[in-house]
Amino acid sequence: MSDAAHYHEEEALGKVYDARLARRLLRYARPYRGAIAAAVVLTILFAALESVVPLFFKVAIDQYLAPTSVPDPKLAFATRHLPTDPWTGLRLLTGLFLGVLAATFILEYTRARLTLLTGQRVMFDLRREIFGHLQRLPIAFFDRNPVGRLVTRATTDVDSLNEAFSAGIVAIFGDILMLTGYVAILFYFDWRLALLCMSVLPLIGLVTMLFRRFAREAFRRTRVAIARINAFLNEHLSGMSVVQLFNREQHAARQFDQINRRNLEAWRSAILAHSWFYPAIEVISLLALAVIIWRGGIHVTQGTATTGTVIMFLLYAMRFFRPIQDLSEKYGILQQAMAAAERIFKLLDTPLTITSPARPRALPTRAGHVEFRDVWFAYGGEDWVLRDVSFVIEPGTMAAIVGHTGAGKTTITNLLLRFYDVQKGQILLDGVDVREQDLEALRRRFGIVLQDPFLFSGTIASNVRLGSAWINDEGVEQALENVNLRDFLRSRAEGIHQEVRERGATLSTGQKQLISFARALAHEPALLVLDEATSSVDTQTEFQIRAALERLVTGRTSLVIAHRLSTVQRADNILVFHKGRLREQGTHQELLAQRGIYSKLYQLQYRDQEVGAVADDD
Amino acid sequence: MSDSASIRRPNHLWEQLRPLGPYLRRHRRALLLGALTLLGTIVFSIAAPMIIRAAIDSFQQGVSSPSQLLGYAGLLVGAALGSAFFRFWTRWILIGMSRDIEYELRNDLFQHLELLSARFYSDWRVGDLMTRATNDITHVRMVLGPGVMYTANALIMFPLIIAVMLSLDWHLTLLVLIPVPLVSLSMRTLGKRIHDYSERIQAKFSALTARVQENLAGVRLLRAFTQEKAEEQAFDNLNRDYLTESARLIRFQAMLWPALGILLGISFLLVFWLGGRAVLDGRITVGDFYAFSHFLGMLIWPMIALGWVVNLFERGAASMKRIEQLLTTPPDIADRAGADPPASIQGAIEFRDLHFRYNGVPVLEGINLAIPAGTTIAIVGPTGSGKSTLTHLVGRLYDAPDGSVLVDGQPVKAHRLELLRHAIGYVPQETFLFSDSLRANIALGATAATPEQIARAAHIAGLADDIEAFPKKYDTLVGERGITLSGGQKQRTAIARAILRNPRILILDDALSSVDTHTEEKILRGLTTVMRERTTILISHRVSTVRHADQIVVLNEGRIVERGTHEELLARGGYYSELYQKQLIEEELERE
Repeated sequence: MSDAAHYHEEEALGKVYDARLARRLLRYARPYRGAIAAAVVLTILFAALESVVPLFFKVAIDQYLAPTSVPDPKLAFATRHLPTDPWTGLRLLTGLFLGVLAATFILEYTRARLTLLTGQRVMFDLRREIFGHLQRLPIAFFDRNPVGRLVTRATTDVDSLNEAFSAGIVAIFGDILMLTGYVAILFYFDWRLALLCMSVLPLIGLVTMLFRRFAREAFRRTRVAIARINAFLNEHLSGMSVVQLFNREQHAARQFDQINRRNLEAWRSAILAHSWFYPAIEVISLLALAVIIWRGGIHVTQGTATTGTVIMFLLYAMRFFRPIQDLSEKYGILQQAMAAAERIFKLLDTPLTITSPARPRALPTRAGHVEFRDVWFAYGGEDWVLRDVSFVIEPGTMAAIVGHTGAGKTTITNLLLRFYDVQKGQILLDGVDVREQDLEALRRRFGIVLQDPFLFSGTIASNVRLGSAWINDEGVEQALENVNLRDFLRSRAEGIHQEVRERGATLSTGQKQLISFARALAHEPALLVLDEATSSVDTQTEFQIRAALERLVTGRTSLVIAHRLSTVQRADNILVFHKGRLREQGTHQELLAQRGIYSKLYQLQYRDQEVGAVADDD
Repeated sequence: MSDSASIRRPNHLWEQLRPLGPYLRRHRRALLLGALTLLGTIVFSIAAPMIIRAAIDSFQQGVSSPSQLLGYAGLLVGAALGSAFFRFWTRWILIGMSRDIEYELRNDLFQHLELLSARFYSDWRVGDLMTRATNDITHVRMVLGPGVMYTANALIMFPLIIAVMLSLDWHLTLLVLIPVPLVSLSMRTLGKRIHDYSERIQAKFSALTARVQENLAGVRLLRAFTQEKAEEQAFDNLNRDYLTESARLIRFQAMLWPALGILLGISFLLVFWLGGRAVLDGRITVGDFYAFSHFLGMLIWPMIALGWVVNLFERGAASMKRIEQLLTTPPDIADRAGADPPASIQGAIEFRDLHFRYNGVPVLEGINLAIPAGTTIAIVGPTGSGKSTLTHLVGRLYDAPDGSVLVDGQPVKAHRLELLRHAIGYVPQETFLFSDSLRANIALGATAATPEQIARAAHIAGLADDIEAFPKKYDTLVGERGITLSGGQKQRTAIARAILRNPRILILDDALSSVDTHTEEKILRGLTTVMRERTTILISHRVSTVRHADQIVVLNEGRIVERGTHEELLARGGYYSELYQKQLIEEELERE
């Protein structure tokens, strides 16, 4: 039990039916109520036609093949219209039979297509909603939740819901209707024999219940076992060198054997469940047939039933058990779907904590004046990353942030863009608190370059433009030219439409940096936030980057987390952070003269660059 | 699917499944028994319609007494029980066998993977290996289980049922059987179509997944550039693509059951029409008429299964090929055959004009370095200078050219691999803990260690106090199913793990990078006693860690650029003394 608990979220299986969840799911089906209504009508028609097929046998047998002396009065509605000649009669019935077959085919096909398609449409909407919600959740949410799990919500979980919708609910409805049709016909023709037949149903119920209890436990064990196999393999394949260096091969093989064996045993019990379940159902259904030939046969010899009735009963009884088995199989599908729905709704219910105010304050100018006023910030609890930080960046100037690892540099940019809200103090842009501004308008004013230049799969152009359709190809080219990528683009036939693979795998570090510069440039921001990459590049690229940076900062307020000597030398104001506090500020020369923290940082981080990189230490 | 064309050819199919031969031979008893029980099942299930037929004929002609009818009913129940009995064993034996083989195959695969070297693991993605060990094995298992069972079922059942039907009326039999192969054929063609479309949908699905993945990975950037709406639009397009492609699949998917339904229906229709005429002609009885429709019903499911099974076999063969690709990868680092390896290891290490390339890129060039047994050597140098690679060559994670890495004066390959690795206590740069207890993680390389020994190792590694603070002490679970240790705690666990092995050679690859200087000093003090009698290789970025080493080398771009003791290197004023200066400044900064 405790093992299972650890695979909680992904593994949990709840109830098959949960009214609250079902009601909420139903809301998604509402736009398609027309299609769903049509599917229901088709299902009813199909069930009605499908359930009359054995009736043909009864009519043919009683009327022509083994005619009874006294015609069955219950068949009078049909026999009235039938010819007396057996050959023409049989031909007519065959024609009708063929018609029914063709009709069921069309009905079933249309119904299946309609429900499957509607299911996909509902899932389309649901996926869209999940994705849209993910676009609005606060960044802090992504700190807590691994990407993989969130991807599962929008993809795999939605799919298991779909399965329940298309293969589950409608099919269950159809199965139940069909069973009802069978029962109605049987009772109409011979209620005593019908009752006898039905008497085996409790047995079916009992066996199915036992099976389900047995199988559920077995399947739970198989799920846990598979999860353990996956976890074990993942760990040991990732850490194979540790396994080998510590001579753990045999031990690990034994451990794996145990886990693997537990999987085998779990499946063995699942097989056991299936092994007795299907034969048990078979015995019960043949028991029903035995009852029919025994009691039905007696009725025939007594003249109170016809041979046709008995054969019809046999045919119905044989059809009876598959839908019942189906129903028990649908159980698992529904169970999984409910668990998936639970997880999806949990995500959709995660509140959006960082949103635009109801009535955002409009900004009079686009000056780009930045002020941090007594800012305190912690990612969680009282673990202060920034302590009482205050500074001002005048419009059009360039501020450089420097500090040792863990000084809180990146946090400054996170707060400025309102990825997080501060706990104490205020951040003002052009004199207005960022929390009082329209979120989109606020972020739109910034151009950002991250430390690790993130590229998406697509083309160079799509990476510069992102989704901003207002940037045309010329704009993209201009931006790329301004960051000195012209020669690089000329060297490729596809130019700006050259393919970029995931994470920019085919490009050099320098190229990736320059492309992300171009991206910021193309968006013509009023303010620039740049987190310089720490990785070293060759001298040629270094100069390109330096020149591109110059283009970027000219004419706009900029905030640069500096890792390059040239950057700090260029800055109008250097903000020196240490252990969450702003300790010094001034120009490069002023700060060096102070012989404080900056001068030490200078020796640690920047001085090497002056002598021309003896050896890069990072 | 470039190889789908070749898979389709049957001889390839068997070729690809051939590696299963030995497994099946091992389980030939189960196979044989399964076939016998299957035969039993089929014989009894054929008896059922024959009993019903006899009953119908008797009461229809009004010649049966109630006791006679009860007799038929009893026989029918008897046949049902017989068939059920054998069906139970068939499933238990045959499907059970497939699970047994799955288990064996997975064990074999894992044990083989354990023999493959670090080079293999850098070429293959773990995700890919996992897929082969799970999904692909499942596909193979489906061949061995349902695949074998349904094929055998069809092979035994068809001739028997058809023979019985022929004996009733051969003319009618031939006519009503016409649509039956169509069932298999349509299952197979539709199944194939559905499979192909499913694969295209899978590709769309992957695109969708990749998009979400990228979007979430780049969430900061996209938010900063206010791309939410544009992203939603882009996602919408992919989402719509997926929907469109699904709609195409649905055309066929929705066809499957109705098509099978109508084929089944047509068979019944033929019995109804032609059988009815035969009854009118007096060629067959009403009982026969019934038996024909019953037999047809019995034939349909195995026919459907057969169509499905062909697809199973194709998929399983492709999967087996992928598994076999791993199983036939030879272990490139193994003991030399026929050599007479030394019985013990003292721990002297020498690199003799070592040149090492990895994927064509030179990593180490012209390394000459002798480390006498029992001494300590420190290696410093920038990232990517080849420090870790040097240590990997000692434990033969990779093989260096012959004769360039020696232990106790003998090439590493001359030593027995197990013994060589036993002599090494290795603390890798990236600590790898298993989801297990702290005790098990520390005792990873010394399973026989006593609790006292484990506690002592933890103490030396500076971990003992941390462990005592956990409620479950040494039984605390770490990793996925337990608590998350800090970087420093992980490193100290790895150090304790290495110490506990009581190795001749101790390798610490940047093993103290995540602990603060204070803890580092404490651990180093504890380690000095341990290091005294062992050969130790210390890799570090911190001067404080390496200053007391017997010799220090500076590695840059795969070459040794400085060597000497702490004092000698400081006096030289190169990389090492730079490093020293920086460390002094860092310490000052720390105090600010």
